Amino acid sequence: MKPGSTSAASFALLRRDLLLVWRRRGDALNPLLFAIIVVALFPFALGPEAAVLSRIAAGTIFVAVLLAMLLSLDALFRSDLEDGSLEQLVVSPHPLALLLGCKILVHWMTTALPLIVIAPLLAQLLQLPDKTLPVLLTALALATPLLSLIGAVCVALTVGMRRSGMLLTLLVLPLIVPALIFGAGACNAAQNGFAYSAPLLWLAAWLVLALILAPLAAAAALKISLT
Amino acid sequence: MSSIQTEPAPLESAPLLQAQSLRFARNDEAIFGPLDFSLHAGETVLIEGDNGSGKTTLLKVLSGLLEATSGSVLLHGTPLTLAKLSHQVALLGHLLGLKLELSALENLRFATGIGGIRPGITPHLALASVGLEGFEDAPLRTLSAGQRKRVALARLLLVPAALWLLDEPYANLDRGGIDLVNRLLEHHARRGGAALITSHGAYAFTSGTPRRLALKTAA
Repeated sequence: MKPGSTSAASFALLRRDLLLVWRRRGDALNPLLFAIIVVALFPFALGPEAAVLSRIAAGTIFVAVLLAMLLSLDALFRSDLEDGSLEQLVVSPHPLALLLGCKILVHWMTTALPLIVIAPLLAQLLQLPDKTLPVLLTALALATPLLSLIGAVCVALTVGMRRSGMLLTLLVLPLIVPALIFGAGACNAAQNGFAYSAPLLWLAAWLVLALILAPLAAAAALKISLT
Repeated sequence: MSSIQTEPAPLESAPLLQAQSLRFARNDEAIFGPLDFSLHAGETVLIEGDNGSGKTTLLKVLSGLLEATSGSVLLHGTPLTLAKLSHQVALLGHLLGLKLELSALENLRFATGIGGIRPGITPHLALASVGLEGFEDAPLRTLSAGQRKRVALARLLLVPAALWLLDEPYANLDRGGIDLVNRLLEHHARRGGAALITSHGAYAFTSGTPRRLALKTAA
């Protein structure tokens, strides 16, 4: 890989952002702890009956994971904007959309992937039937990158503002509700013995669309935010 | 409105950078321009002007961060948006673009990954030539503002850009640092690069007088 080529640039950015997450690993654990705490509190509030818990299990895990990811979303481009790294990325000769795609990938790898890894534990806490677990994991694997991608566009739009946290949440939530409906819906269908492939395929279709369009939209929005 | 005074540029081949009736306005309020100037290989031009006269904005327009309201910027005769694809411009802004959690070496490795590397130089050599030998692995957070600036200067040495756009390169630097910036600029000019730098005008060059470009805010 020649230094300065686009592939070298993507690789360098991935490496740097992963290194940064590792240096601030205490912060990176916050979403994970948040999801565990939320899910662990439900049995205390609703009582330990398996029938009640297993009915709400998939939906609760989905909501907890999506909210946990929202926590870290605001920081996606903020430090890069504040220390001038973003200017350097924009001035660089590489497509900004691709570089932002790398940043989004790191966000997904460092917040969503750990959440998916502990999802079986969360499922145990809420007595989710074993046969539903693969559907839950598939739905999470499709819905979480969707949130990272859609969220990145909204972050790019709001990063220039000083107190963007609330606005960001208001922008992102309506956009990810369909992912929640289809993801949790697939799990509920599987739990009740119905066909569940259609909602998963819809999620996959949206993911493909977002993979192509979201980095481009985020790049355009960031250029506006920088001016 | 701003007015512009330039001394004539030495006649050479196609200029490295050329601005043609370049003007920038934000919300109908003119920030600078119209400006006409050209920058040839081997030249260092000092942009002078009071606070708020649009020096930083001019550098942002020239680097492609901001779009000019009217007029055009040519790099080697081609419009900026296309020319920027060929590793021509290095920008050093008020914000250094360095990560405080990473060491100087890690920051420079990232910069070369993004911007490419000039043949015959390594991040170690670049750090040594800005006087930071022995600080390679220290997190940037533990370095002083002047030392961080030196790391950013080392980045300029590493990336193969012909045009340097430096916004207040002397800020935060001690006398030795100011000499260092001047040496780097001379070295860059000798090997055929060009630099456009902004300053309040409070710093004197050690040798030679650079061409000056004055941005004046008319009363």
